[in-house]
Amino acid sequence: MSFPSTAPRNPGMPLEPAWFAQIAVNTPAAEARAASLTARRSLKKNHQAAWLVNAIRCMDLTTLAGDDTEDRVARLCAKARRPLADHIMAGLGLDHLTTGAICVYPTMVGAAVRALDGSGIPVASVATGFPAGLMPLDLRLAEISYAVDQGADEIDIVITRAHVLQGNWTALYDEIAAMRAACGAAHMKAILATGDLKTLRNVYMASMVAMQAGADFIKTSTGKEGVNATLPVSLTMVRALRDYGARTGVRIGFKPAGGMKTAKDALNWQILMNEEMGRDWLRPDLFRLGASSMLGDIERQLEHHVTGRYASSSRHALA
Amino acid sequence: MPTVTEILETMDYGPAPEATDEVRAWLAARGRFGHFINGAFTKPGDTFVTDNPATAETLAEVTQGTAEDISAAVTAARRAQPKWAALPGHARAKWLYAIARHLQKRERFLSVLETLDNGKPIRESRDVDLPLAIRHFYHHAGWAELLADEFPGQAPHGVCGQIIPWNFPLLMLAWKVAPALAAGNTVVLKPAEYTPLTALAFAEICAEVGLPKGVVNIVTGDGATGAALVAAPVDKIAFTGSTEVGRAIRTATAGSGKALTLELGGKSPFIVFADADLDAAVEGVVDAIWFNQGQVCCAGSRLLVAEAVADTFTARLTARLAKLRVGDPLDKCTDMGALVHPVQLARVRELVSRGEAAGARLIQTECQLPAKGSFFAPGILTGAQPANPAMVEEIFGPVATLSTFRTPDEAVELANNTRYGLSASIWSENLTLALDIAAKVKAGVVWVNQTNVFDAAAGFGGMRESGFGREGGREGMAAYLRTPEPKARPEGSTDFTASPRPDTPAEPGIDRTAKLYIGGAQKRPDSGYSYAITHKGTEIGLAPLGSRKDIRNAVEAAHKASGWSKATGHNRAQVLYYIAENLAARAGEFEARLKSTGHDPREVEATIQRAFYYAAWADKFDGAVKSTKTRNVTLAMHEPFGLMGVACPDAAPLLGFASLVLPAIAMGNRVVAIPAPSMPLAVTDLYQVFDTSDLPGGVVNIVTGPRDDLARTLAQHDDVAALWYCGSAQGAAMVEAESAANLKPTWVMENRDWTDAQGRSFLTRATQIKTIWVPYGE
Repeated sequence: MSFPSTAPRNPGMPLEPAWFAQIAVNTPAAEARAASLTARRSLKKNHQAAWLVNAIRCMDLTTLAGDDTEDRVARLCAKARRPLADHIMAGLGLDHLTTGAICVYPTMVGAAVRALDGSGIPVASVATGFPAGLMPLDLRLAEISYAVDQGADEIDIVITRAHVLQGNWTALYDEIAAMRAACGAAHMKAILATGDLKTLRNVYMASMVAMQAGADFIKTSTGKEGVNATLPVSLTMVRALRDYGARTGVRIGFKPAGGMKTAKDALNWQILMNEEMGRDWLRPDLFRLGASSMLGDIERQLEHHVTGRYASSSRHALA
Repeated sequence: MPTVTEILETMDYGPAPEATDEVRAWLAARGRFGHFINGAFTKPGDTFVTDNPATAETLAEVTQGTAEDISAAVTAARRAQPKWAALPGHARAKWLYAIARHLQKRERFLSVLETLDNGKPIRESRDVDLPLAIRHFYHHAGWAELLADEFPGQAPHGVCGQIIPWNFPLLMLAWKVAPALAAGNTVVLKPAEYTPLTALAFAEICAEVGLPKGVVNIVTGDGATGAALVAAPVDKIAFTGSTEVGRAIRTATAGSGKALTLELGGKSPFIVFADADLDAAVEGVVDAIWFNQGQVCCAGSRLLVAEAVADTFTARLTARLAKLRVGDPLDKCTDMGALVHPVQLARVRELVSRGEAAGARLIQTECQLPAKGSFFAPGILTGAQPANPAMVEEIFGPVATLSTFRTPDEAVELANNTRYGLSASIWSENLTLALDIAAKVKAGVVWVNQTNVFDAAAGFGGMRESGFGREGGREGMAAYLRTPEPKARPEGSTDFTASPRPDTPAEPGIDRTAKLYIGGAQKRPDSGYSYAITHKGTEIGLAPLGSRKDIRNAVEAAHKASGWSKATGHNRAQVLYYIAENLAARAGEFEARLKSTGHDPREVEATIQRAFYYAAWADKFDGAVKSTKTRNVTLAMHEPFGLMGVACPDAAPLLGFASLVLPAIAMGNRVVAIPAPSMPLAVTDLYQVFDTSDLPGGVVNIVTGPRDDLARTLAQHDDVAALWYCGSAQGAAMVEAESAANLKPTWVMENRDWTDAQGRSFLTRATQIKTIWVPYGE
């Protein structure tokens, strides 16, 4: 049940500020749409279960903590290989399920690659001075190369927020384009750290620059900002990638990350993708949920679906 | 049910039905409903069925209310009213609070019942109708508590007859019943024949909370029942529904002395500027015309889009349209349910095909509609021109027209190119532009960058043929209260004979000629006739015998003087002060003129004082900022009507005129006035005062002559936005009846002692409230 991407990658293009400089994003309207989106759709029974399973296969199961060790990463990888207990899998009628990827720091990539050997689960690595990104550019690019050398399939880069706040689009574009070059065959997700950018116009503009510079995915947050993934921010980014797609024909992926903890969150973000973009954006080649604790809640909900009994997390394998 | 594996391929939402067991059990137990009169249900009489429009299944039988039923209900309400009104505000507040609480506790029951009876999606009845209805009762519990402090000297009307539509059955009930009860009125309410069930459930809730009997009475039935209620001896009629029926009610109540508020149809503009957040505006259209199946009086049904973004906008809107889910209203994933009744479905179909026949192109969702039920696929009509019936008539279904404009001026012109004036929605990220347009559109409610947002604290209601009166907030409460009328005084009569009268010779001296005053110039009457103004057998002078054509000319002149309505309050105050100053300089002359005809010369001093009084008010009749939603500036602005007619009393020829015309112009109206028929010379002498006081030509126009004939022409004039009439009961009835054609608000009054005829109430009558919603947030 994996979805190898057949679509061509985003080749990028020269910086074109006309595509975003005049953008109007009305914040109350975006908030209203985000609120009504999830109130307009409801998933019950098998449908809810299926959408929760889908969230797992779109999940970048993540650990990005200062105390990460190789063993802790190995435990995470074990959970990525076997995200649900056997009886839940059986109850759902599933024979195979993994998370979409796991996501770790560059120094943990080697351990992850070893732990996931033979599973087909890609390893994503953050890079470029994550989470603040305030390191010399050559060091940031070297970090990408390191992670790729370690075997990372996907690189989650962070942008220099200052370039956005100062409206320095050329600097932002050049930086991201250089990172994309450093990624080589690895897919690049550009983390915009939207909690630092604050306004939805900034979010839109940064999204568009990142895509013009060749990002394969745009991603909301590091998980370390004061505010991480929110529905209005996600809505704005999704509309930006829709607009980029309409102009170029290139399909860009979206990854909300940080702050999403519940099964309900998993459903809400999928509803957003389905309503704004359509079913193709419910597949892991175009949609990822960056989360660490969400899987636990999903597993409890699915156990309830299968058994009719409310679950205790102590009975599920720790991620 | 498909397996998880299968669903993982399709990623369908699947069914999410709301359970109906509780409601169905209730319907089965009740079966046939009588009316709720005097605290109890009557035995069912002749009944008709009410259906679920999504399935065509019969839900219940309800009784067709007869004139006798209405009479019994009005009697019960009448009996209950004095005691209800005499309760302390706090006591009424407790009752309203109890109703609000009980609605909250029955929230899901009522949501499901509303969806079954009306066909609207459960999401809307659950997330919109019920919360707003409950909020309305809480808000008005507050008004009941504060009534004595905030509306001193005001009294309830008495018994209110209330007729509500089928599009938001329980919510419209709340809008009617809550303020009426808070103010101390008792009510007889007739719900729409298609959707009577939540009103009947509400009746049970009134009984459940133990509301004193007779305070709320509910009589079900069709238009005939409504007509019987309009004809019944009630003190006020409040109606929400079609303009056609509103007009009939205006005609039927003319001369009856019943207070009247009408909330009628609309064809509201939805204006998208090039600098708008287009995605936000697309969602706005969803909320505007695809909300409640488009069965919304204030629906943004004329989309006006800047040419620069029209293609992009249309493409995005079309894509969004394809995402709408139409079907089972009880399914929580449904965006659009069924139209209320097959009759409405037929009407929508007919209007849409007429629109297509007139050249518009229909873009519709390609959704699979349920085989049964009154479903209509939502859509837009592009390329509609202003004369297209789909752009003129209220479709009251999920179809909006989409046309383009080039400039902001043209957007306003197109927006106001309608006989309605209920709401407008303006989309632009440029606040300067958005507020400019908000000021220029003729609409009682204006939403900036949002639409169909409601709150109990904000006034809602229309201009033009969308009706008059406001619901919600302080202005909504005011519509359920009255100021006790001053004691009436008899009026004189006038002989308009236009032939010479040798038996009443004039005093010697240079002959003075009184003319009409139109557009700032003195004009001879079109008729070429004059009539004599006499006192005790002496001819004081001749006055022009004004006619239809003079009124026409005066209205045209007033129409052109639109600059006055845009002038600052300070500017208008300066002119009014200057009028007082120049009148004072010539006070002796005016006093002599009044004395010569047996009138009180003190009218002059009182008129000077009145000019000062309204000069003082000109820059102080402030609007309000309402406490509605978070991060939303909700403004209530007093706007002048623009062009008003004023028929003045006979008794106090100068002061009566001043008492009515000065507040009207102080608020920015331009006026066509008919002065005291028996003594217009007190006013025709004023021209020179006006001319020397910088009053722009056309702001005050004066046509002398037979008051009722001239007032009739004003009442029948579609370009006159409001009309005040002081005179006979017959004249008053005529003015109200003739005003029905363009539904201009009227104020008819009897002659009175004019010495103290001033105050806020005159300003309230000279203005209409425009509610402007401006959300903010970054």
